[in-house]
Amino acid sequence: MRRWLLPVLVLVALVGAWQLAASSGALAGALHLEEFLVPSPAEIASALWENRGLLAENAWVTLREVLLGLLCALAAGLGFAVLLHLFETLRRAVYPLLVASQAIPILVVAPILVVWFGYGIGPKLAIVALICFFPIAVNALDGLRSVDPEAVKMMRTLDASRRQILWRVEAPTSLPYVFSGARIAAAVALIGAVFAEWAGSDSGLGHMILQDNAQLQTARVFAAVLVLAGIAIVLFALLALAERRIVTWR
Amino acid sequence: MAARTKGFAIADAAPAARQAPGVAVSLRGLEHSYGELRTIERLDLEAPAHGVLGLVGPSGCGKSTLLELIAGLQEPTAGDVELDGSRDRPDRLARCALMPQRDMLLPWFLAIDNAALSLRNRGVRRRQARDEAGLLFERFGLAGFERARPAELSGGMRQRVAFLRTLLSGKPVLALDEPFASLDAITRAEMQAWLAKALGQDPRTVVLVSHDVEEALYLSDRVAVLSARPGRVVEQLSAPAPRARDRDAAVTDPAFVAVRERAMQALRGTR
Repeated sequence: MRRWLLPVLVLVALVGAWQLAASSGALAGALHLEEFLVPSPAEIASALWENRGLLAENAWVTLREVLLGLLCALAAGLGFAVLLHLFETLRRAVYPLLVASQAIPILVVAPILVVWFGYGIGPKLAIVALICFFPIAVNALDGLRSVDPEAVKMMRTLDASRRQILWRVEAPTSLPYVFSGARIAAAVALIGAVFAEWAGSDSGLGHMILQDNAQLQTARVFAAVLVLAGIAIVLFALLALAERRIVTWR
Repeated sequence: MAARTKGFAIADAAPAARQAPGVAVSLRGLEHSYGELRTIERLDLEAPAHGVLGLVGPSGCGKSTLLELIAGLQEPTAGDVELDGSRDRPDRLARCALMPQRDMLLPWFLAIDNAALSLRNRGVRRRQARDEAGLLFERFGLAGFERARPAELSGGMRQRVAFLRTLLSGKPVLALDEPFASLDAITRAEMQAWLAKALGQDPRTVVLVSHDVEEALYLSDRVAVLSARPGRVVEQLSAPAPRARDRDAAVTDPAFVAVRERAMQALRGTR
């Protein structure tokens, strides 16, 4: 409780200052903008409430892209990490390429994917999965490789097979790494989904932001951004909860 | 991992009745090096079946490497390591269990599941593996700690679980790498007496590495003093027998003290 007090106070102060600056017209004046372009927190809150149906509908679209994309990235990233871990030659051949592939700005590829796969959920999943794959795969691989070699030696003299060493020693060791990879992935997944929607879509929070922005519906843009932030926070909280439930030995 | 063996079919036998077959360890003309670095040089040592061979020497003299050679985790550069007459690395791996320097308990398993690890690796069902390990928990002063997490155990307790894990492998040869190095002096003395008793009840051929001459002499039948790297045998000493039951009485016995001083002198000569 105590540790929340200060951040909450700071947040209240910031929002209050924004409210004052926006409702008095000082903020719009300083930015040389029309007042309706600079919504106050109160206006954003009412936009949030009035458009709750529309926001929920679009949030569900984006959330689905994020969750399915994350799941694909988890399955592919973990599988990939295990393969690279088990086959040293494969790792030496592929790992440098994997790292180098990060130089490709995947978000920029989004329009091409839309050309290829159309306006459906396909290209969104591809973008989200692609950008989430790297942090998950690299963290999982680092985790698998962080195992104490003494533990592996001990297991070998206790008749463990390669698979038993993987499941009983290496996989549990790598779990905290996998979770931190998943946290990074969850954060970039939302950005990926929004970018993918910008590249071409007919629904979703990213789509909504783009349209509202064009129509100068700034309060609703902020409302959509708030919903996106809310989704991110919930995802983080769920991951933290899962980690606490699963990694009980830390 | 080529060396996947089913170990010994001991899992089904009642633990009390389990008697590991006696297996002798013999090292002849053993040499080992990591690239240019020579770790072991012309080493000859024997441990009879159910005997305890202690190894002492300055740090970095290849003691841990020697245990890995015996356990079949490494191949010698030259010479032979024989366990029960076989020089095959997979055979050695099947006949020897290693207790590493740090306890290496897996924090995600309960104490009992850590102890039962080798049984589980050999395909024994969890219930049965726990039952079998549970009997040893009672016999070796760990009753009530079966469901503890390793993090909840004291250093001495952890070391006991680690030793039971090694013992439950059912392997005739145990390679113990400074098993009590991380413990305080009093716990350590307790653990030495505990280990001596455990080996009395369930005899195995043991190769014990220690940096503590007194510990090595108290627990072993013979102690080999190794030189600094590359390691070779400087002197072999027989522990005075018979030993008093009580550890403190045993290590203060004049005969024991005399051998200990000779070992210390040999060790000093290695520097």
